[in-house]
Amino acid sequence: MIKEEGLKRRYLVQNIWFAIFWLSMILIAAVLGLILYFILARGIKVINWEFLTAIPRRGMTEGGIFPAIVGTFYLVLGSIVVSLPLGVFSAIYLTEYASSDSPAVKAIRTAIHCLAGVPSVVFGLFGLAVFVKILGFGVSVLSGSLTLGIMSLPVVITSVEEALKAVPLSFREASLALGANRWTTIWRVVLPSSLPGILTGLILSVGRAAGETAPIMFTAAVFYARRLPQSIFDPVMALPYHIYGLMTEGTRPDKQVPLAYGTAVVLILLVIAVDFIAIYLRGKSRRTRKW
Amino acid sequence: MLFLVAFSSLFFLIGIVVILFVEGLPVFAHVSLSQFLFGKRWYPTSSPPQFGALPLILGSLLVTGGGLLFAVPLGLFAGIFLAELCPPRGREVMKPIIELLADIPSVVYGFFGVVVIAPFVRDLLSLSTGLTAFTAALILGIMAVPSIVSVIEDTLTSVPRSYKEASFALGATHWETLRRAILPAASSGIGAAIVLGAGRIIGETMAVLMVAGGAPVIPKSFFQPVRTLTATIAVEMGEASVGSPHYHSLFSLAIVLFLFTLVLNILVENLIPGGRRRVR
Repeated sequence: MIKEEGLKRRYLVQNIWFAIFWLSMILIAAVLGLILYFILARGIKVINWEFLTAIPRRGMTEGGIFPAIVGTFYLVLGSIVVSLPLGVFSAIYLTEYASSDSPAVKAIRTAIHCLAGVPSVVFGLFGLAVFVKILGFGVSVLSGSLTLGIMSLPVVITSVEEALKAVPLSFREASLALGANRWTTIWRVVLPSSLPGILTGLILSVGRAAGETAPIMFTAAVFYARRLPQSIFDPVMALPYHIYGLMTEGTRPDKQVPLAYGTAVVLILLVIAVDFIAIYLRGKSRRTRKW
Repeated sequence: MLFLVAFSSLFFLIGIVVILFVEGLPVFAHVSLSQFLFGKRWYPTSSPPQFGALPLILGSLLVTGGGLLFAVPLGLFAGIFLAELCPPRGREVMKPIIELLADIPSVVYGFFGVVVIAPFVRDLLSLSTGLTAFTAALILGIMAVPSIVSVIEDTLTSVPRSYKEASFALGATHWETLRRAILPAASSGIGAAIVLGAGRIIGETMAVLMVAGGAPVIPKSFFQPVRTLTATIAVEMGEASVGSPHYHSLFSLAIVLFLFTLVLNILVENLIPGGRRRVR
């Protein structure tokens, strides 16, 4: 026989805890709202056509951020060229060829996890020592792309693996039954079916690569470049490094901080756009999936 | 061919370790290991240079501990909310919010910390500067929340339904079920979430570089400027000439940092059985 009073107390305790859980979630949403509000409200008025298409002038106190936008675009593109083939082929090997408990697979998986945990600044040092110095690429788009590409490898491999695993086994069996060999099956059946998933993972890794600063600060980025990069051996300006530069270099914070706000808005809008595209693609592939 | 490409991650990991040691170990011609690890003075450009990394190691540990103080309760509670209390419609709203919080670049967090949080902390506590270990911990705590939340949510939803049903059948309330049946069953996953959060914070560079104040001294209080391992590497690599003891000493700092993250990784590996782990 449960006493009425005891039951009331137990539900009171439950309500208090559940209220705390609700509040935590609301607090997290509020923090995001606060960050977006402060930066967008102050930064949006800096943004106009000139800000997006002009080069910085007068020691970064006037003008726009066009070179930084171009630089970030090149770096992201370069990092995809590095990480996509490596990532897709690694994931194909892991899901389609290797048995999941072979020692090779275990070693690769452990390496992927370790690589994902390596701090971004350590990737920067690695890129500096190997690409900039030993291979002699200098501070350049090439060095930065290689560094960013290696850094995004774990995320790309994992998302491609998830996309491949989502393709039903019966697809592969049907293809094999028609006489296709393993590679044809992967190339003509499995990869096309998993394309939306691969694309989603790719877009998310693009968003991250665009915002990274530490890996490119020794390998690719400069505060100020007098011209747009002419080749992959030229250094570039980049959006995240531009924010850091505006906040730490120069002597006119009164003019530089508003520019940093504007740059932060561009970077945030880029990330939001990337997230929305990813969510849209995910939803679409779920709706139009034929299995 | 495919086999070789598949080993690229392992190859790069080994490459990173080799490079760190090749470029880091030469500094020990100028300083002994114990002087490096326990020396209290980090003056790499004075003559003779002093390479005592203790202030930086303590700085990293302080902001990591402080960051977890904010991130763990918030992340744990929000993770429980998402897994247990949230209606499906609400989840469709909350998940993108968490993802966006994870995807905001760290330099933007740093910028936000400098222009909004630091002045607020300074005025609130009437300090001479708002750029302190506390401010850094606050920002880093927010940054670690998304990874903690999503691991907690994954763990809680993977607890078998039968545990919950059995507990309900015994007359337990939802909270009692959570407290006595679900959370204990998910304890190793919760541990892993905390360790992953710690790894995220200790490796964070740009935000902590901009917000923590940057004084390489042994922290005596939570409300004074500190300098972490990551911030030191980032800020000093630009001025260190290649091949100098200073240059090598920064790679040694990276070895220390790498070992920290390796230990955290091994912990996670033991807390979550290999195949179930996701990389974010």
